[in-house]
Amino acid sequence: MSIKVELQTQSQPGPGTQVAPSWPMLRTLAGIAILSGLLVVLVYQATKPIITENERILTEQAVFEVLPGAVSKVDFVLTEQGLAPAGEGAVGMAVFVGFGADAELRGVAFPGAARGYQDVIQFLFGYDPACECIVGSKVLRSTETPGLGDKIDTDPVFLENFVALDASLNPAGTALANPIVLVAHGTKTAPWQIDGISGATISGKAMARAANDAAERFVPSIRRDLAKLAAAAP
Amino acid sequence: MAELPNPQENLSLDTFLRGLWTENPVFAMLLGMCPVLAVTNSTMNAIAMGLATTFVLVCSSLLISLLRNWIPKQVRIASYIIIIATFVTIVDYGIQAISLELYAALGAFIQLIVVNCVILGRAEAYASKQRLHTTLVNSLGMGAGFTIALLALGTVREILGSGSILGVALFGEGFQPWVVMILPPGGFFVLGAWLLLFNWLRLRKERKVMEQSGVAANAG
Amino acid sequence: MPKPIEIRTSPHLKRALSVDRIMRNVVFALLPICAFAVFQFGLSALLLILTTTGAAIATEWFFARASGRGNTVSDWSVVITGILLALTLPPGFPLWMAAVAAFVGVALGKALFGGLGYNVMNPALVGRAFVQAAFPVAITTWTPAFAPGRFTEVIPSTFTLPFMQPIPVKDWVAALQLDAWTGATPLALQKFQQIEPSVTDVFTGMIAGSAGETSALLILICGLWLAFKRMLDWRIPVAVMAGAALTALPFWLMDSSLYPSPWFVLFSGGLMLGAWFMASDMVASPVTTSGVILYGLFIGIVTVVIRLFGGLVEGVMYAILLANAAGPLISSWTQPRVYGALKKTREAE
Repeated sequence: MSIKVELQTQSQPGPGTQVAPSWPMLRTLAGIAILSGLLVVLVYQATKPIITENERILTEQAVFEVLPGAVSKVDFVLTEQGLAPAGEGAVGMAVFVGFGADAELRGVAFPGAARGYQDVIQFLFGYDPACECIVGSKVLRSTETPGLGDKIDTDPVFLENFVALDASLNPAGTALANPIVLVAHGTKTAPWQIDGISGATISGKAMARAANDAAERFVPSIRRDLAKLAAAAP
Repeated sequence: MAELPNPQENLSLDTFLRGLWTENPVFAMLLGMCPVLAVTNSTMNAIAMGLATTFVLVCSSLLISLLRNWIPKQVRIASYIIIIATFVTIVDYGIQAISLELYAALGAFIQLIVVNCVILGRAEAYASKQRLHTTLVNSLGMGAGFTIALLALGTVREILGSGSILGVALFGEGFQPWVVMILPPGGFFVLGAWLLLFNWLRLRKERKVMEQSGVAANAG
Repeated sequence: MPKPIEIRTSPHLKRALSVDRIMRNVVFALLPICAFAVFQFGLSALLLILTTTGAAIATEWFFARASGRGNTVSDWSVVITGILLALTLPPGFPLWMAAVAAFVGVALGKALFGGLGYNVMNPALVGRAFVQAAFPVAITTWTPAFAPGRFTEVIPSTFTLPFMQPIPVKDWVAALQLDAWTGATPLALQKFQQIEPSVTDVFTGMIAGSAGETSALLILICGLWLAFKRMLDWRIPVAVMAGAALTALPFWLMDSSLYPSPWFVLFSGGLMLGAWFMASDMVASPVTTSGVILYGLFIGIVTVVIRLFGGLVEGVMYAILLANAAGPLISSWTQPRVYGALKKTREAE
């Protein structure tokens, strides 16, 4: 309401008004831009260390949750040549290698994603090379329906599936020996099957697909570069 | 806003209270609906969003009021937007530093404060004409009104949708959450219910005033 | 002394078809379906029907009073809303949730628009859509039909305390010792496991499902009776069924192991109930003849599209609500030309 009134007064060119001089406009815009830039940079500098620390704690918590026994982590990225330590110009998807208190390799956490009922669900899976299986899972981002689809993150019986989910490789070491699949509730017979969950069929399928795709992508590289990963102990 | 013809408002209690009731940005003017509907699924989100918006509103209004005689009217909108965007960026970093969890919950709606019409509306209609201290009081009132409105939606939605307030469970184990309330449609339902209540109160008050002054009979 | 016979010449006045007479007849047509629901699911279904009808009447009465419209309960339309709502809910649905559904349906779907004749959507479906979104678990918890002892005991979840989670029915169902019970309706079985139950069972209603949607046969008979009495427009249900069957046919021909047969599509889920008693809602459907056919086809097509490709098992409810919303638009598109009037051109508008 008020804006309309204002616009009317603005649009009335007074008698004899000149074309506005451009210098004050330039001066004002430049001045405000400088002030704005200064403020943003100041705040950015002040908050950057805190934000980085927050992010580190958050990832660490997630990694330690999916890798039981891990107390420290080292970041790697999956490049086309295999796994390489993060931060040396290596570009690719991040994986986190977890180590126990005795500097012993406890496992590798890697991300997975699949389309669920509402939107893409993002997961973090923990893989233990010792048992060649997935030992933990965590939903990082999900918009599944509360009470139905979000059971994949809360239902303890369903999460049991991800405590020792077989992800062993074929003899050539290039792909999973058995694809990870979701089966109907109560019909799980093999360690690479996920026992379904009633009321969250689509979300459960998405989680199985995400686990399978992620394992297919990361596990062959992890097994090949296992020595390199173990040597990276902090 | 009948105050407009008066170029410089004198500071009064009404300068603050207007934002809470008669010109409440949400319940009276229906401005800034995007965060109102999107991030009020819990009390915490509502408070955080309300405070962030209030911070941007107060800071940008103050700066605009301070520079009001210095900004040529041809470039005023551009200037206002830069000033508002600056404070939104500051809030964005600030929330990331305070809690990444909260940052994830509020999502893109922090950045979207920049296009919240409550703020640009205040800058254009009030801060660009009024003195510093009345601007401070007025924008604080508007910010408080906005925060209270978000809180009114957020608490109802959290109580029904999760059975808790600020994450503290109210009803114990067996409570059945009304899932729809924390989903987007719940925002519309609750906003509609509040508007119904406030309009009903307003109409009742108006009717009473009319009856007392006897205007009703003449107008009839 | 015998009464003299009164003879008059034409024109004869006929009693007009009043609103409450039509509505009363719809209620009569729904009664056999209610009876079958009670026969099939027992005491719980009876309580469900009574609760939704009671809550719907109470809500209507309250809003009619508050808005000063006088008594609108006596036009019987709200009774239809209550009964229809109950028939679309799972038999073991907690009564307090059913009451919420009835309240929301009548208040939000009808009273706020101005009462009977002004509602855009079918109030019963508005109520059901609300509880579907609010309580997605409870509304997909099915219990077996023809449970022994259904006339003496209720399904445990029926008497859930208000605002509390439904009492789990798992143990109760297990105690019934039904071998074939999987907790899924025929629609869910078909969609997720590609097991298509026998069409005869689905047609006659020997299956699990919402309280009143199971017997396609009975709904068909009751609907035909109403259509015969000219109290519902037969074009709507026929168009809905045609739309659904014709959409399902090509998919079934393409891959009959994955997609359901048109018969199954017609008789399963709530399609029959929706087509005969909800889509045909006089207020919420278009007013022109061609519009009505378009509207029915739209419902049938959208239902099948949701069932086959959507995340949900059943799509009748959303299809009808969507078509209700499009109703006024369809009416204005299909407005017949006034005799002698020139064809409307863009410039003339």
